[in-house]
Amino acid sequence: MTANINSPAGYKFPPAGSSRRQEKAWVKPTLIGIAIGYLALVLFIPTLNVFYQAFRKGFEPFFSNLTSPDFLHAAQLTLVISLIVVPVNTVFGLCAAWVIGRNKFRGRTLLISLLDVPFAISPVVAGLMIVLLYGRLGWFGPWLEAANIKVIFAFPGMVLATAFVTLPFVAREVIPVLEEVGTDQEEAAKTLGANDWQIFWNVTLPSIRWGLLYGVILTNARAMGEFGAVSVVSGNIAKKTQTLPLFVEDAYKQYATQAAFSAAVVLGLLAVVTLVLKEILERKTRIKEVEE
Amino acid sequence: MAGSSAISNPQSPIENIKRAIGKITLPWGITLGYLSLMLLLPVAAMLLKASTANPAEFWKIATSPIALSAYDVTFFTALIAALINGVFGTLIAWVLVRYDFPLKRIIDAVVDLPFALPTSVAGLTLATVYSDNGWIGSLFAPLGIKISFTRLGVGIAMIFISLPFIVRTVQPVLNEMEKEIEEAAWCLGASQFETFWRVVLPPLFPSILTGVALGFSRAVGEYGSTVIVASNIPFKDLIAPVLIFQRLEQYDYAGATVIGTVMLAISLAMLFAINLLQAWRRRYDG
Repeated sequence: MTANINSPAGYKFPPAGSSRRQEKAWVKPTLIGIAIGYLALVLFIPTLNVFYQAFRKGFEPFFSNLTSPDFLHAAQLTLVISLIVVPVNTVFGLCAAWVIGRNKFRGRTLLISLLDVPFAISPVVAGLMIVLLYGRLGWFGPWLEAANIKVIFAFPGMVLATAFVTLPFVAREVIPVLEEVGTDQEEAAKTLGANDWQIFWNVTLPSIRWGLLYGVILTNARAMGEFGAVSVVSGNIAKKTQTLPLFVEDAYKQYATQAAFSAAVVLGLLAVVTLVLKEILERKTRIKEVEE
Repeated sequence: MAGSSAISNPQSPIENIKRAIGKITLPWGITLGYLSLMLLLPVAAMLLKASTANPAEFWKIATSPIALSAYDVTFFTALIAALINGVFGTLIAWVLVRYDFPLKRIIDAVVDLPFALPTSVAGLTLATVYSDNGWIGSLFAPLGIKISFTRLGVGIAMIFISLPFIVRTVQPVLNEMEKEIEEAAWCLGASQFETFWRVVLPPLFPSILTGVALGFSRAVGEYGSTVIVASNIPFKDLIAPVLIFQRLEQYDYAGATVIGTVMLAISLAMLFAINLLQAWRRRYDG
């Protein structure tokens, strides 16, 4: 009806709801089916398998695996490493985000690319570089040996490797937030006589808190889950230099599949918690965007 | 001038440097200091170690048959995995943006799982599921197709870890895209296929390419999941990161360094290429 009034002679607009304007009926279910099928093969089934394998003989073997000394030591080491790495990389990430997000200088683009390097290179190459620097034949090798400090195949090397691979997360999440928030409020605070620390603590930090928290969560997930780089520098000795991800591989290689999957469930839950927190934070920032 | 002592002269270079350092605020100091210590120093250590080998020796190790086969397995498999994800990742992004269906939010969130799940857990479960008596592997075993502990298994692990890169790069662009343009194309008589091919795909293409490049770069460096899902036999399914690891285990530091340097150079080239792609993408956005 309406179409006929303004349409050029001889042309009929397709009526609303016709197959011409809307997708053919089979397209939507087919595409959804392919997407879910693909995700099932690659993601869902392997994830379900972790929980199935860990619990298929009931809860008892699962809990007995979780109380084995090797597992407990690995879990403790994983926690301690992440307790050191996450705060250090958070402070660095905040500083780097401030430098990049609040300043214009030559080499700024280069600095941003440098920050991406730990993500771009293989974790094994990262571990190798740390071995070549702190190992017995490395640059600092003789000096460390004289001081009787063991870095490679020991705790400090594992901390360094973990810190290396998780270095960019906080800065990368905070920089865009910092740029979007702008400097108006900070300048207002400065005019009102606040010092740098007060401005950071009372003005900047509250406005970037969700982005910062997101970066911290990602740092923590990677720090607790890192395998390649830590594997290279640790030597993987049970009860000494074995973290949870290394424990999983070691147990699997020793045909202790049940123990491997029990530890995998713990790491899998860490991943689930990370994803849930990520969803919550993304919703929080989205709501904020709508409000503004 | 030649006789003036550097310490007594307030205009001396040392004093200038001291004053310049005094101007560097705490964040600058921490950023540059930490980056130098954690990033530049290790890279420098490896490059210097690599440069101590004479070029002929370097070339011999870098192009030894076992290394060439490892590059082939690594890069070719990663490329195939990234391209497969280029197709299916785009399709998943499309479905998540355009359609509503039950459990969509959960499915959307789970796409990020490979970012959050430790790689050794991924390797463990993929090796089990795709083994001859695993849930999926047992379906292929009667056809004579072995997946775990072969190159196919390496490919599956690479697909697993690179999938979110493509979905998460394409999804926001698709979200921003105005449906009016497609409707206009339909109104002008384009078929559904023509609309997709000539209207939807061209503006998406830079993002798909960026996602594929990011996924490829990640798959090339992947170690944790691939080492568990593969049998790591040279000339069969041994990838370059595993080769570096094995060289280190044999205390062959020179060999590990040479192959590590090749991998580093390729990773940095990929990073550069991805930055160029991103710039192209931004220009496309207007």
